[in-house]
Amino acid sequence: MSALLKIDGLTKAYPAVIANNNISFDIQQGEIHALLGENGAGKSTLVKAIYGLVKPDTGIMHLNDAPFAPAEPRVARSAGVAMVFQHFSLFDALSVAENIALGMERPPPQHKIAQQVRVVSNRYGLPLDPDRIVGDLSAGERQRVEIIRCLLQDPKLLIMDEPTSVLTPQEVGILFKTLRKLSQEGTAILYISHKLEEIRELCETATILRGGEVVATCDPRTTSAGEMAEMMVGRVLHVPERAAGDVGPVVLSLKNMSAPAPNAFGTALSDITFDVKAGEILGIGGVAGNGQDELVAALSGEVTVPAGMIQLKHDDIGRLGVNARRKMGLLAAPEERMGHAAAPDMSLTENALMTGLARKRLSHRGFLRWPAARAFAKDVIQAFDVRTPGPANMARSLSGGNLQKFVIGREILQAPDVFVVNQPTWGVDASAAAAIRQALLDLTAKGAAVVCISQDLDELMEISDRFCALNGGQLSEPVAAQGLSVEQIGLMLGGAQQMDDAHV
Amino acid sequence: MDLSAINPILFFASLMVAATPIILAGIGELVVERAGVLNLGVEGMMILGAVCGFIVAVNTGSAWLGFLGAALGGALLALLFGVLTQCLLSNQVATGLALTLFGLGLSALMGQGYIGIKGPVFADWHIPILGDIPVLGPIMFQQDPMVYIALLIVLGTGLFLNRTRAGLILRAVGENHDAAHQLGYKVIRVRLMALAFGGACAGLGGAYLSLVRVPQWTEGMTAGAGWIALAIVVFAGWKPWRLLLGAYLFGGVTVLQLNLQAAGVAIPVEYLSMSPYLATIVVLVIMSAGRAPGSLGRIFHASH
Repeated sequence: MSALLKIDGLTKAYPAVIANNNISFDIQQGEIHALLGENGAGKSTLVKAIYGLVKPDTGIMHLNDAPFAPAEPRVARSAGVAMVFQHFSLFDALSVAENIALGMERPPPQHKIAQQVRVVSNRYGLPLDPDRIVGDLSAGERQRVEIIRCLLQDPKLLIMDEPTSVLTPQEVGILFKTLRKLSQEGTAILYISHKLEEIRELCETATILRGGEVVATCDPRTTSAGEMAEMMVGRVLHVPERAAGDVGPVVLSLKNMSAPAPNAFGTALSDITFDVKAGEILGIGGVAGNGQDELVAALSGEVTVPAGMIQLKHDDIGRLGVNARRKMGLLAAPEERMGHAAAPDMSLTENALMTGLARKRLSHRGFLRWPAARAFAKDVIQAFDVRTPGPANMARSLSGGNLQKFVIGREILQAPDVFVVNQPTWGVDASAAAAIRQALLDLTAKGAAVVCISQDLDELMEISDRFCALNGGQLSEPVAAQGLSVEQIGLMLGGAQQMDDAHV
Repeated sequence: MDLSAINPILFFASLMVAATPIILAGIGELVVERAGVLNLGVEGMMILGAVCGFIVAVNTGSAWLGFLGAALGGALLALLFGVLTQCLLSNQVATGLALTLFGLGLSALMGQGYIGIKGPVFADWHIPILGDIPVLGPIMFQQDPMVYIALLIVLGTGLFLNRTRAGLILRAVGENHDAAHQLGYKVIRVRLMALAFGGACAGLGGAYLSLVRVPQWTEGMTAGAGWIALAIVVFAGWKPWRLLLGAYLFGGVTVLQLNLQAAGVAIPVEYLSMSPYLATIVVLVIMSAGRAPGSLGRIFHASH
């Protein structure tokens, strides 16, 4: 049997970088094929070429033995290629049915779509109400919208870009069942991820990219995760180590903290209670949109709460703003690095100034001390191995991983007593992620308390001392992280209700 | 002062006339903003429509051709804005403000030979049977055709946005242009078409002033109507039926304050003149519940 999709010598160069260099591989019918690689390895460019969003410079593709060179996504879609994007291509203000109609070539009337959605969603165990507004859905439900949109078009090849990064373990289970069922029905799946264990569980073939080239092809069922990681990175990975430190007194304490939802698509926080002691990391898991951003805002001081709800050491800080809390030793790094943690069009020095002003004494009688600020930015760049020509460069010019190292390093070098961080390694490649986790562990070894909010459960299990889950704006009781099983965590994350009506 | 001088039938009839230019300009801008573009040049497109419409009508002797010319003039000016902001990626706010100043200047230049001339008559349309209904007839069914055309445009826009696929695509482009692009929709093309429609509507609104309401050409005759249309779009939460409500409210208070001035109420004229703007904004702010299109005013650049 000949391959469903043959890629032959595909090359795509951008002004500064060759994103894909002479890439060739085949995808068989009904095969679940993994595409592995670090950030910047060229995975996205490659799938965009297959989906018609990027026109390759050279190279040819064949779909079912016919030449295949889609000029735009419509052409790819009508040829039977569908794609689920990493950052969902959904419209918040529109309903599920409308979103699905937008992704179809010749959509039937809205009420028929609603009916088809119900049929397909039951068939593949992906429950979804077609009349709901997408802005109100959880990340897992949003992904279902994208998947069902693809399935309604009867694809021969389904491309999935990092589909599990926002899902609970149970939701991942449901997704994998769906994908296996599709594969049995003859749909090929190109599965992009850097989560190796998932790929070992799901995929039959893996093509590994590094620096825009195919460096290896392997059978992930028989290759260990470590071997694949080394092929991806090109060297041996460093695993974070935990220095044995003593746990000190409670430094941050929340008592029944509640806060209303900041906007129509936000989550209200209710009755959040926890203590964090000096020298420990409290890991807070949960699927995005369950109150993570709101919790960080309430802790950092972007949103103030009534007196008596947050205590830092001996002081009540609920009514204090961001800078007052900074001065007292509570620093925070929000999730969105570009635009929230850092101003994209300002230099690294200016970005360092903005949070370091008080604790690093970067101003004097209202005037900025530029040399000190530059020195501080240089320190961050050096200590955290930020790859950039210098502190005068714009934050926008840094890659995601480098900017993340910068914004986290900027806070850590201010020697916080309590450090709140949201998604410290989101979208960061494996080696940078390891460095960031190590820095968090080192910080606690020096006696600081860390509150780490993340959707990456492996990360939380690796670094946190205690673990709790945020679900619908409520926090579960923190428990010791050691010895927690995946099932227990899944139940804490509240995926259980969604499991009931999901049967494949 | 003599409030009995205010005739209720005449009041409501002239309310509809006073609201029509705002409805026209507003519904055009509403479509533009639903497509994700913030065009602050409504005032400029209106005044250009007013002068184009007047010139064409005077030279051809047909008010209908005048309206056609006004729509074309407004659409052309809007497309200029479209090319600048969508193709050359200039800042929408600054370009929109420039468009208003440009429109005001250009219209003054074009209209120099037309000051003081009377345009052709645009007759009212006495709808048979309906127009004979007492009270309601004179208010609603004895107006000039543009009043009905404006209402039909609002109705058509509402249906287009909510019931058709093209309307869905337009809303999608305004809501999240990156996602729309990813799905393969032509963001810039959709926006240029929306802009042309918005310009044409603003032009019609301007021509309604110079051909029906006043009816003659004076420099700067739109007197902020474009700005109030812009404000009504926002306060109406980008919903056509609420835009209608806001425009009638504005028209109503405008006519009322004119009547009060004529009746010699002991309130300074300046306060009366500002009352329509204040009343409209206050009411629409209080009942405001709309959410702006997600990509409104953001520059779209198809990066790969």
